[in-house]
Amino acid sequence: MSPDGSPPHSRDPDGDSASEARPRAYARAYAGMEGGGAPGDMEIVWRIARMALRYRAGVAVALGATLAASAFQLAIPGLVGDAVDGAHGLLADGAATPETARSALWHAAVLLLAVSILRGLFTLAHNYSGEAIGHRLAHDLRLTFYAKLQRLGFSFHDRIHTGELITRGMLDLEGVRMIVNQGLLRAVQMAVLVGAGAALLLSTDPVLGLLSLSFVPYIAWRSTTARLRLRYLWTLFQDRMAVLGRIMDENLTGIRVVRAFGAERFEIDKYDRAAADALKLSSRRINVRVASTTEMTFAYFVAMGLVLWVGGERAIAGTMTVGTLTEFLTFITILQLPVRSLGLVVNSFARGSSCGARLFAVIDLEPAIRDAPDAGALAVTDGTLRFENVSFAYDEGGKPALDRVSFEVRRGRTLGIVGPPGSGKSTITHLLPRYYDVSGGRITIDGQDIRAVTLDSLRRAVRVVQQDPFLFTASIDNNIAYGDPWTEEQTIRDAAGLARIDGFIDRLAEGYETLVGERGVSLSGGQKQRVAIARTALLDPAVLVFDDSTAAIDAATESQIREALAGRAENAARIVVSHRLAAIRDADEILVLDAGRVIERGSHETLIAGGGHYARIFALQGRDGIGDGLQGAAE
Amino acid sequence: MSVAAQQTRPPRAVVGSQISRDEEIFGAAYDRRVAGRFLAYVGPYGRWLAMALGAVLVFTGAQLLIPLVIRHAIDEAILADGGDVAHLQLTAAVFGVVILVSYAANYVQDRLVGHIGERVIFDLRRAMFAHLQDVSLSFMDKTEVGRMMSRLQGDVNSLQEFLENSVTAFGDLLLLVGIVAIMLTLNLELGLLTLVLVPTLALVRIVWLPRARLAFRRARETNSIANGALAEAIHAVRTVQGMRREEVNYLLYGDKAGDNLKAHLSAARYAQAMVPVVDTLTGAALAIVVVLGGSLVLGGALEVGVMVAFVFYVQRFFDPIRSLTIQYSIMQRAMASGQRIFEVLDVPLAIVDPPDALSPKRMRGAIDFADVTFGYAPGRPVLHGVSFSVAPGETVALVGPTGSGKTSITALMHRFYEVWDGSVSIDGRDVREYSRAALGRHIAMVLQDPYLFTGTVLDNIRFSTATATRADIERAARAVGAHDFIVRLADGYDTVLDQQGRNLSLGQRQLLSFARALVADTPILILDEATANIDSYTERRIQVALRRLLEGRTGIVIAHRLATVRGADRIVVLNEGRVVESGSHDSLIAARGLYARLYAFNYASFDDMPDDLVAPSASPRS
Repeated sequence: MSPDGSPPHSRDPDGDSASEARPRAYARAYAGMEGGGAPGDMEIVWRIARMALRYRAGVAVALGATLAASAFQLAIPGLVGDAVDGAHGLLADGAATPETARSALWHAAVLLLAVSILRGLFTLAHNYSGEAIGHRLAHDLRLTFYAKLQRLGFSFHDRIHTGELITRGMLDLEGVRMIVNQGLLRAVQMAVLVGAGAALLLSTDPVLGLLSLSFVPYIAWRSTTARLRLRYLWTLFQDRMAVLGRIMDENLTGIRVVRAFGAERFEIDKYDRAAADALKLSSRRINVRVASTTEMTFAYFVAMGLVLWVGGERAIAGTMTVGTLTEFLTFITILQLPVRSLGLVVNSFARGSSCGARLFAVIDLEPAIRDAPDAGALAVTDGTLRFENVSFAYDEGGKPALDRVSFEVRRGRTLGIVGPPGSGKSTITHLLPRYYDVSGGRITIDGQDIRAVTLDSLRRAVRVVQQDPFLFTASIDNNIAYGDPWTEEQTIRDAAGLARIDGFIDRLAEGYETLVGERGVSLSGGQKQRVAIARTALLDPAVLVFDDSTAAIDAATESQIREALAGRAENAARIVVSHRLAAIRDADEILVLDAGRVIERGSHETLIAGGGHYARIFALQGRDGIGDGLQGAAE
Repeated sequence: MSVAAQQTRPPRAVVGSQISRDEEIFGAAYDRRVAGRFLAYVGPYGRWLAMALGAVLVFTGAQLLIPLVIRHAIDEAILADGGDVAHLQLTAAVFGVVILVSYAANYVQDRLVGHIGERVIFDLRRAMFAHLQDVSLSFMDKTEVGRMMSRLQGDVNSLQEFLENSVTAFGDLLLLVGIVAIMLTLNLELGLLTLVLVPTLALVRIVWLPRARLAFRRARETNSIANGALAEAIHAVRTVQGMRREEVNYLLYGDKAGDNLKAHLSAARYAQAMVPVVDTLTGAALAIVVVLGGSLVLGGALEVGVMVAFVFYVQRFFDPIRSLTIQYSIMQRAMASGQRIFEVLDVPLAIVDPPDALSPKRMRGAIDFADVTFGYAPGRPVLHGVSFSVAPGETVALVGPTGSGKTSITALMHRFYEVWDGSVSIDGRDVREYSRAALGRHIAMVLQDPYLFTGTVLDNIRFSTATATRADIERAARAVGAHDFIVRLADGYDTVLDQQGRNLSLGQRQLLSFARALVADTPILILDEATANIDSYTERRIQVALRRLLEGRTGIVIAHRLATVRGADRIVVLNEGRVVESGSHDSLIAARGLYARLYAFNYASFDDMPDDLVAPSASPRS
C-alpha cells in the first residue's frame, strides 16, 4: 500500500534517521537534545492530550457538546427515512389517509429543522471549546518555552542556531496547537459518531449495518500507516527546511561578505541544492498524503455502493422499506465530511507529534547550570574573588580554553588581563557569572564556591560588560536601566555621565527618550559600548568585569571613564580584559595569557622589567602606552 | 514578586520591537493584482494545471452523478413494478464505475495540486532569494534580516495553503453550480424553493464579515507582536541573563501572550458563529424537501428517488459554505502575504549589468575617482566631489572621523551603490561597464565585522573561490597567522563552525576572513577597519603578512589605528565627505593639517575624537 512499494514500516525509524536527516554539524549540535532516542509519536500525542485535559471545564463542554451534536446528527437519517416512508408508504399500501401522511411530513420537517439547529449550536460549542483549549494550551506552552529559553545556559545557545529556536517557538507551537482541535477532539467526535451510528445501524439491520461500516477498519488501518510515514517525512522535511532557513538567514546577515566576493551565484547554487533536497522530501510527503486520503474516500464510496446494492435487493424482496434504505444511505452521507477531513486529522497528528517532539526537546532540557539543591544566597563580605587552578574546555574532552589559572582580586583592586585572540581572556569573564561551569579547580567569592550559591545572587554580584553589546529596540533610558527598570531618572543620568555618553544623548532631539536599534538612531561601536558600560555601572556590582569593552572608544575618553569608575566603583573588585595596554597598566596585577595558560604575571613595572611577552607588546604599542601605538611601527 | 507589586511606577522596560511589526495590507480578501501575479508563477506548470482542472471537472461530475445513480436505483429498479434485480445489479455496477472514476480523478487532482502548490512556493521563495542577491545594498541596509526571513518563510508558507485550497475551492464552486443545475432540472418547483434560502447568506456576509475580518486581523497582529518579542529574547539571551532581566521580561512577555490569547479566542468565536447558521439553513432546506417533496410524492407528481436525491444534494450544497470561514481566513492571509512577497520582488534592481558588460580575465588595479558625489538618502550626500587615483600596486590609506565617507568610497569601488555624479574607474573603464561578477572576482574585501558561515573552516576560507585547493587554503592561513589556531581546533581545517563561528574569538574570526580574502587572490584588496578587533601583538604579525600580501596588489586600507596607516604609500584624509589632505605620513605631518593635529594629540583614531578637534562644523552622528 505504501506508494513507493516498500512495506510501510520499513522506513520509519525514529532513531537511526538522524544521520540521514542532518548534516554532520547538526547531528552534533543536537546530540544533547535528542539523546536517549526520540520519544514515539503516540507518546507525544498523549502528552499533549494530558496537557489539554488540564482544562477540565473546556474539555467537559467539548465532550458533552460532541455527544449532543452527534446524537442530533444521527437523528437526521432516521427522520429523513421516516419522511420517505411516509410519503412513499401511502402510495404503496394506502393504509393512511393523505391528511395523516401530510401531518407526518410536517412533523418530520419541524423535527428536522429543530434537530439541525440544535446540532449547529452544539457543534459551535464543541468547536469553540476545542479551539479555546488549543489556544490556551498554546499560550501556556508559549510561556513555558519562553521561560525555558531564558533559563537555558550559554552552552545551549551556542549550539542551537537562533533561527532554529525561533522556528520552534513559532511554527512548531502552531503544530502542537492544531493537534488539539483538528486532531484529538475531531478524532473523538468521529469515534462517537461512528460508534453511536454503528450501534444504531446494527440494531436496525445487522447485515446492512456491517456493510455500511465496512470501510471503517480499512480507514483505521490506512490512517495509522499514513500517519507513521507522514510523521517520519515531516521530521525530515522540517530539518531540511531548517537548513534552508539557515542558508537564507546567513546569506542575508552576511550580505556584505557575499557582495564583496561577488559570491551571489555561489550562494544561489548553495540555496538550490538545499531547496532541491527539501522539495524532494516534500514531494514524497505529498504523495503519501494524497494516496492515503483518496484511498480512504474510495473505501467509503465502496461501502455506499454495497449498501445500495444489497439494500436495494432487500427492498425489492420486501424485507426492507425504501425509507430504511434511505436512512442507511443518509447515514453514510453524514460520514462523508468526517472521512474527507480524516486526512486533516492524520496530517495534524503527524505534524503535531513531530512539532511537539521538537518543542518538548527544548522544554524538557534542564539547564546544565542551575542552583545546587541547598544553594543559599551569596554573602559578599570582603569582596574577594579567587580563581583556584581553574581549567575549562568548551567541548567536553576538547582543547582546554583555560589551563590551571589562579588569581585573586580584592575589593577596590583591579586585575588586568592581556593575551592574543583565543588565549582565554573572554573565557574567564564567562566563567565568573557561571555562564559555563569550570571543568577543574574552583572559583570562589569570599570563600564560597560560586557553584554553591544561587545563580541569581551570583549574577547580581558579578556583572560583565560585553565586548559586543546587544542594545534593545527601545529608548536609551530603557536600555541604560535594563538591569533595574525601577531605577530613578537621576541614576540613569549619572550612569550615562560616568560612561561619558551623556553629552551625546543630550544633543539628540528626544534625549533619553530616543529610540535606538532597529529603526531608531543607529549608534557607532563606541557609543554602543558606552551605553553598555552605563547600564552595567548603574547596578553597583561587587565584581565588575570589562571584556574588551572599550575597544571602540578612543583612548582619551576611555581614560576619563576609567577614572570616573575608579571613584564610583571603589567597592568593586574589577577585572579588565583589553588589548589596549593603557587600559590596564594601572592594574594592581596583570595576567598575560597564552593558549589558556598564564605565561606572565605581575604589575606593569615588573612585567616591563621582566622583558617578556608583555614588554614586547608594550614596545609595539608606544613609548608611554597612552596612545594605541602611535610609535608602534617604529621598529 | 510581581512587577506591579514592586513599585507603583511602571518599569522602564519593554520587550520586543516597539514598532508595529506588521504593516500588513488588509484590503479585500481577494486582490486581483496579487492573484494575477501568482498566475505568472503557476504558468510553467500550465500543463499540470490543465490536467488538474480536468481532473477536478471529472471528479465533480462523478460526485454529482452519485445521487442520480441512487435515484435511478430507487425509481427504476427497486420501485419499478415489484423490483428489477438485474437492473439493480447493473445500476450497482454503474455506481462502481462512477466511484472508480471519481477515485482516479481525485487522486490525479490532489496529487497535481499538491505538487504544483509546492513547486510554485519553492519557485517564489527562490525568486525572492535570488532577487535579494541583486538588489542594491542600500535596500538591504534598511531591512532587518528577521523581517525578511518572515517573508521568505512565513508568508511563502501561508501561500501554499492558499494555492492548494484554491483548487479545492474551485471544485466546491463547480459542485455548487452543478447541484443547482441538477436540482432545477430534476424538479423546478422544489429546486427553486430550496434555493430561496441562499440569499439569507448575503445577510450573514454583511453582518458577519466585517467583524470577523477585524477579529482575524487582530489575532494575526498580536501573533507577530508576541513572536517578535520571542525573537528578541532569543537573540539577546546573553544580555538578558547577564542583566537578570528574566523575571521582568517574562511578565512583560506574558502580557503580550495574553493579548494574543484573547484575540485568538475572539477570532475563534467569529469563525465558529457560522456553524449554526449553516446548519440551520441545511435543516430548513431539508424541511422544505420533506414537506414539499413529500407532498409532491403523495400527489404522484414526484418520484421517491428524486426526493432522496434532493436530500443528498441539499446536504452537500452547504458544505462549501461551511468551509467558507476557513477559506476566507486563508484567502485573507494569502493576499496579505502575497503583497509582502511581491513587495520584495518589486524592489528595483538599482544596479544591473550592462548588456555587453566587460568581464576581463585580469585587471591591473588602477583606481580612479573623478569628482564623485554620492549619498544614501536623497538630498544628503556623504561624498562631495571626491577625486583621487591609486596606481596599480600602490597602497593607499583612507583616514577620517566617523561619517567622513571612508567606507562609502570602498563600497563605490565595488559598485555596491551607484554614484550620483562623477565616476569611479578601474583600469580606465568606468565600473558601470564591468559585470558585477567581474568586480567580485578582482576585488577582495575584508570588513570590520568578520562574518563566517556555518560550515568547516576550510569552506569558510575557500568561500566562493571554488578553485582553491587545500594547499592554497593552508598557505593563506599560514600567511595571516591563522594556521596555528586552526590546527589546534578539534578537527583542524575540517572543524565545523556552528552559529557563525561563535566558538572562535572575534580576532580569530577576523584572521579567517583575512585568509578568505587572500585565497581569492585578487589584484585589488580592500581592508575596511579590518584590524580593529585584533590585539596589537597579533596585528603586528598581520602587518608583516599584509605587507607581503599587498605586494603587487593595489591596496585600500581604512584603519582605526594610526600605526596601521603609517606604512601606506599614501594617506588620503577625509572629513565630511571631502578629501582634505593627501600625501605620505611625513608630508602630512609637515603640512600641519588635520592629520598632524590628530597625531600631535596622540589620539588612537579619529573615531570618538572630541568635536572641537575635528573642526569647524562637526555634528553628532544620528
